Amino acid sequence: MEEYKTITQVAGPLVFVEKTKPVAYGELVQVTLPDGSVRKGQVLDTSKNIVVVQMFEGTRGVDKTCSVRFTGDIVKLSCSKDMLGRILSGSGEPIDGGPPIIPEERIPIVGSAINPYARKYPREFIQTGISAIDGMNTLVRGQKLPIFSGSGLPHNDIALQIARQAKVRGQAEEFAVIFAAMGITYEEAYQFMKEFERTGALERAVVFLNLAKDPAIERLITPRMALTAAEFLAYTYDYHILVILTDMTNYCESLREISAAREEVPGRRGYPGYMYTDLATIYERAGRIHGRKGTITQFPILTMPADDITHPIPDLTGYITEGQIVLSRELHAKGIYPPINVLPSLSRLMKEGIGPGMTRDDHRQWNDQMYAAYAEGVDLRGLVAIVGEEALSERDRLFLKFADEFERRFVNQGKYEDRDIDQTLDLGWELLSMLPERELTKIEKKYIEKYHPAYKKRASS
Amino acid sequence: MEVSVGEIFRISGPLVVAERLKARMYDLCKVGEENLMGEVVGLAGEKVLIQVYEDTSGVKPGEKVVNTGMPLSVDLGPGLIGNIYDGVQRPLPVLKEVSGDFISRGIEASGIDKKKKWEFQPLIKKGDEIKAGQIIGKVQETEVVVHRILVPPTARSGRIKEIYSGSFTVDETIAVLEDGTELKMAHKWPVRIPRPYIEKLPPIVPLITGQRIFDTFFPIAKGGTAAIPGPFGSGKTVMQHQLAKWSDANIVVYIGCGERGNEMTEVLEEFPELIDPRTGKPLMLRTVLVANTSNMPVAAREASVYTGITIAEYFRDMGYDVALQADSTSRWAEAMREISGRLEEMPGEEGYPAYLASRLAEFYERAGRVRALCGEIGSVSVVGAVSPPGGDFSEPVTQNTLRIVKSFWGLDAKLAGRRHFPAINWLISYSLYTGTLAEWYEKNIAPDWNELRIWAMSVLQEEATLQEIVMLVGSDALPESQRVLLLVARIIREFYLAQHAYHEVDSYCDIRKQYDMLRAIKMLNGLFYKALEVGKTYDEIEKVEGFDEFMRSKLEADYKTAMSKAIEKIKANLGV
Repeated sequence: MEEYKTITQVAGPLVFVEKTKPVAYGELVQVTLPDGSVRKGQVLDTSKNIVVVQMFEGTRGVDKTCSVRFTGDIVKLSCSKDMLGRILSGSGEPIDGGPPIIPEERIPIVGSAINPYARKYPREFIQTGISAIDGMNTLVRGQKLPIFSGSGLPHNDIALQIARQAKVRGQAEEFAVIFAAMGITYEEAYQFMKEFERTGALERAVVFLNLAKDPAIERLITPRMALTAAEFLAYTYDYHILVILTDMTNYCESLREISAAREEVPGRRGYPGYMYTDLATIYERAGRIHGRKGTITQFPILTMPADDITHPIPDLTGYITEGQIVLSRELHAKGIYPPINVLPSLSRLMKEGIGPGMTRDDHRQWNDQMYAAYAEGVDLRGLVAIVGEEALSERDRLFLKFADEFERRFVNQGKYEDRDIDQTLDLGWELLSMLPERELTKIEKKYIEKYHPAYKKRASS
Repeated sequence: MEVSVGEIFRISGPLVVAERLKARMYDLCKVGEENLMGEVVGLAGEKVLIQVYEDTSGVKPGEKVVNTGMPLSVDLGPGLIGNIYDGVQRPLPVLKEVSGDFISRGIEASGIDKKKKWEFQPLIKKGDEIKAGQIIGKVQETEVVVHRILVPPTARSGRIKEIYSGSFTVDETIAVLEDGTELKMAHKWPVRIPRPYIEKLPPIVPLITGQRIFDTFFPIAKGGTAAIPGPFGSGKTVMQHQLAKWSDANIVVYIGCGERGNEMTEVLEEFPELIDPRTGKPLMLRTVLVANTSNMPVAAREASVYTGITIAEYFRDMGYDVALQADSTSRWAEAMREISGRLEEMPGEEGYPAYLASRLAEFYERAGRVRALCGEIGSVSVVGAVSPPGGDFSEPVTQNTLRIVKSFWGLDAKLAGRRHFPAINWLISYSLYTGTLAEWYEKNIAPDWNELRIWAMSVLQEEATLQEIVMLVGSDALPESQRVLLLVARIIREFYLAQHAYHEVDSYCDIRKQYDMLRAIKMLNGLFYKALEVGKTYDEIEKVEGFDEFMRSKLEADYKTAMSKAIEKIKANLGV
């Protein structure tokens, strides 16, 4: 392997090297600084004249005398079952003081696209114990369902509660959590780690930490490292993996930084035009595959800048993921936890994951009715603000009350409260029974007779 | 042009620059030692710019590039139906066989199975004159599709010297002309060149979709174009799937362009199970899928819409009605933008290339109802989903699409939020086909069809105006007659427009049923106003018994009985 001392230019996180032998696109690069320390990078553009290298750990201290070594290899992660219980840096090195990981396999972190023909459609209901998710926006195994949050909202608590409570009914199977932190603060990371340790979850978790103080460019490889580990455990050892990626907003900021350094034509708000494709290569690494037991379910968390859901980061994410859980500052201010606003929230895969045999036969129509009733109530609030409650009809007042109760009793629950799906659905029925039965137009009579509290009472008395 | 070999000078993501290579624009190249597929997209001095359809990691400068001298083409012949392709027509099942569950690189695969034997039945005989595009025989490709075997559109005319019947592969000769030309069941066609036809015909027949909001209010003609723009979560893909399922087309081509992998899986798992209401056979037997998901190479995504529409045109040329769904054209435009950025072209609006508008126009212009070369009438109807950033319809892809398409189906996040599906905003959507199709509806459905349609729409328009007042003063302050109008509008919205895509009865609504439902609403409208006249109050009308039965009647298999029973009940209870 040859070393070059032909750096001609350094721009932000990019290093330009001249007069090299042919260097492969995507090749892993090692740069030795004058003080002897070694930094890693990756080839972003290669030609017979010049090679552009993106440095993962920044270019501080890099000068033209540094020696550059092209390893002839692409970026890989050392994977082993022993990764479970370990804490790794954002670029996959152990930082928990433990021994190095002896690889069973070294896997390129870029990953290959799953052949859509090999995919198996996700339809196994995951019970999170959170009513606003299980009842309204059901999660299934192999889904990618992000949390759209805002700064100061309790998205971490929700992610932790899901990691703690998530289960598939009636099954005890090997499952593990992969946690990838990108640019979050030490305190946030500490909260996660402490909780993992307290519940013993760390034993079946792999943690990748790139904190706010760590190099920004490293964040570009952190989620790929995490997903490579996830794929290894899922497809080699049949684990059901829950991947938590937080915070994708920081990832996108790093992507913008690299793009700006390369002087590319910017798309919206300075983010590169290929951000959609780039994010897709992360989010699409979730799913189920025919003939393989393991699955990968993704929970990316992102904070919407200024709570703006049309900002490119949540926008492009929403176009790729299979729905989204949207948190609301207003609900949070009302003291409701989890502050999930179900109206803009969505789970695209729930239709196949609910119903008889999976959740309950009434779930689908129940869901339609709950949505319609809550939406109507919320609409009426706007009217009340203008004309006052007195001007409303009796029917409208009931819907208004429904919306309040929905938030106060259905959405609201304890951080350690684990409601099973029957509890969630029955609670919903209780709320629906506040409305006249003739307003329940979205539910067939047979389900009303089976689950409506008025009928249930009659049947039992 | 002969094969030329050059070498790689530079690699930047999907863009490879080659030197010492003889090339024309859009020639197909094999790049690097792994023979990655690519296409020439620019010539600059001594350099040739190539967009590569596969991941370029690990490729080095100095590796060879081979120019095949051929444009990117698709294989057309028996074996297309029921298949699922990537953006450059490689069958995904074959890729899976070769490389496993994950897509790897450098795999060559023919678009149609070259080994499979098909039962060819000639329709002409020895001594007959033939010309380009003519039908010379047929193959029963699936239970519902008769694959008509065409003379390639570029072939010369001639006289049949011999024609065989029996079992053949697509590569075997099925006929010989007197000049010695051999004819086969399959031929190739370059994807970027529209296939020729005799003439375009006016769009006077609707594409019946079984979706009430489309068929009734915003129809698309056979051979027409439509766009569905909408923010994420508003139901674009569900609508596209609904159209693919229920449109009364002979063939459906579904292009998943830069979208989710699981959505294609859903189609793959669902379509073989779903039964076409017209043929009684699984929908997969008339469907061709092109799937280039968001994480598959971006250049192949750019090619995927051309691959899809070329396949659609091929079936059109047999005299079939083809419905093509492209989901999503925004991802296609973004692929163009990405390649354009790498080519360092001067950007137009929002970084999109300046030729965005003309590319979109060229694509939609390939739709149409035509007299094919064989003399039959065929059509390609194109419905493109658009994914505007932030749901903002003023962005370039939406705007440039709207300048071309004739039907606009605008999705609305607010409607989706309250789970009104299809979340198509009836106030902003339009169809320019209503005029040309009016006659067809009057002749084939009912003479008062257009009248009913216009009445229902006017109620909805009136409702929108009244809602503004209600927002200020509350609905109680309105006169009774206007409150009844709001009630009727609610019926139109919840009973008629809302349609449950996953309900076994409601998912598909026959055009006759649409008419029956519309007429029933008009009848109720009459009853309500009559009730007002005889002194009933609005509250009595709204709470009348039988109302909720009416609202649910559309979900019954025997909707007619349920609906008329409910109306009778309402009538009796109102005493009119």
